[in-house]
Amino acid sequence: MNWSRTLTVVRTDLKQLIQAKDFWMPMAALGMLFFVIVPTILLTMISTVGAVGPLEQIASTLEVLPENTQSQIQGDSPQGRTGYALAVFLFAPVAVVVPLTISTAVGAATIVGERERGTGEFLANSPAGVKEIYIGKLIASLIPGYFTTVVGFTLYSLVVNLTVGPEVGGWFFPTAQWWVMILWVLPPFLAICLSLVLRLSARVKSTAAAQQASGLISLPLIMIAYGQATGSLLGAGWVPLLLGAIAWAVALISLNRGVKSVTRARLLGV
Amino acid sequence: MDTSLTIDIHDATKRFGDVTALSQLNMVAKTGAITVLLGPNGAGKTTAIRMITGSLAPDEGTSRVFGIDPAGPDGEEVRRRCGVVTAKPSLYDRLSGWDNLRYAAELYGLGKGSAADARIFEAASLFAIEPALDQKVGGYSTGMKTRLALARAILHEPDLLLLDEPTSGLDPESALAVLDLIRDMTSDGQTVLMCTHLLLEAEGLADEIVVMQAGTSLKAGAPAELIASYWPVEQVRITSTMPEGLDLLKRHDRVLAFERTDDSAIVDIDDQSAIPALVADLASRKVPISSVVPVGRSLEDLYFAIRREHGSVEGELAPPGGSSGRPVRLDVAA
Repeated sequence: MNWSRTLTVVRTDLKQLIQAKDFWMPMAALGMLFFVIVPTILLTMISTVGAVGPLEQIASTLEVLPENTQSQIQGDSPQGRTGYALAVFLFAPVAVVVPLTISTAVGAATIVGERERGTGEFLANSPAGVKEIYIGKLIASLIPGYFTTVVGFTLYSLVVNLTVGPEVGGWFFPTAQWWVMILWVLPPFLAICLSLVLRLSARVKSTAAAQQASGLISLPLIMIAYGQATGSLLGAGWVPLLLGAIAWAVALISLNRGVKSVTRARLLGV
Repeated sequence: MDTSLTIDIHDATKRFGDVTALSQLNMVAKTGAITVLLGPNGAGKTTAIRMITGSLAPDEGTSRVFGIDPAGPDGEEVRRRCGVVTAKPSLYDRLSGWDNLRYAAELYGLGKGSAADARIFEAASLFAIEPALDQKVGGYSTGMKTRLALARAILHEPDLLLLDEPTSGLDPESALAVLDLIRDMTSDGQTVLMCTHLLLEAEGLADEIVVMQAGTSLKAGAPAELIASYWPVEQVRITSTMPEGLDLLKRHDRVLAFERTDDSAIVDIDDQSAIPALVADLASRKVPISSVVPVGRSLEDLYFAIRREHGSVEGELAPPGGSSGRPVRLDVAA
């Protein structure tokens, strides 16, 4: 395994991605929508309308959440509690969709894209090992997703702390559970997702087919991430840590097995 | 290990599902020589090149390049020593020409320093593509892409250059420059294996040819030796304003065969040294002679003779003086 060649593959793939404005501009718009625009509008409205009927109804529906989750909701006023619940348990988990979407979209096109453009033949004839190519493409797919996670949640933290923070006694996001989510649970989920997507990308005939199939793969993972984030699936405490550990183990196995999916013949498309 | 052979493929078969791309292919490429693969579309030339780089492994038989199995664990060594130009240039359209070359330089172990940059510039200059290196490859013309792909293939100074239609899309000047470069490379001891559809292009270039059809080699060897084996006698075309007078040559003791047309005669002789005697005989009998032209056999004649011998194309053995001087494309279906 030659890491220098692997990093060359990563660098070149990312360079191409940066040049592909037709890809990243819609993705950036999607990120802005989920991380900034929708939360800003809704949370500002909730903070400014005061204790009106509909808001009190939303606040009362929070009682259907698990007790463990309810106990985490901060704030004394209905708008404070509603804003907090929406910020932590609704918008933030939905925003997990964005990095997953970006990474799977990049990953889905990565190998089949080389084949479609004819550049797979260059890689197949090069001294780069298939493991180096696979790992390089995996990292190149992970980076945009994780970069989006970091930048997106930084912006999201600013938005929710500035709009809801005054109602709940100060800055509250990310919560401890979210740090676990972002640093421990989400990365292995992304890796599992990508290892499966890269396998697909090596096998299917077209980028379009890879992207459609990758949607099926990422959907259950999004649901798990969403369920865990809301606290309604496994709750807080040590369970997310265990879930993350299991996900890391599965990710490592999946990544290791995924190496076999990339062959020189598949890069050629024969 | 036989160091005189860079490539040695023995009884190699490659199948893709029901399709047999290579069928017990046997071929060699001598070190330091230019070997040209000739054959119609679907003959298996590209599959043979892919097998040489180890991108494809034979289902049966063996493939050795520099004495190494290219599809085996040491295949990286083979690929590191090969430069490949594929039929489609295989370039990254979203990257600049410079970035494409730098990517190859790093993958082939040239590194990233100023020495690598100098080598990139030098390789690009050989194909006069250096003024366009900062542009994105997506905006290149077909010829520019081919030149960049050629520059990329020689970047790491490979011991074996594999060229699949290297002059495709090039203007005549660039094509000539490429052919000159190929000749120069072999004079430096490098080995070249080239696929081409252009028989005229291969004519002056090939030290050895391999004629392929349906995944197997029909004939291989040095063109001159193969031509001698197909046409052991020399031919001369004699033109006269009184062609019936040429019939005198039918009975000449140096003439092996005679065929007259409206204005000339095609005469088979054992050796070109017979020509003065024939001319003297005709002159002594007052037969006017307009021209005496030895009939050369071209690679085109040889190619079609081999193909006819194997029943691939219809017709008689190559016509006298079949080489017309025009590029001939090998589009005859296998």
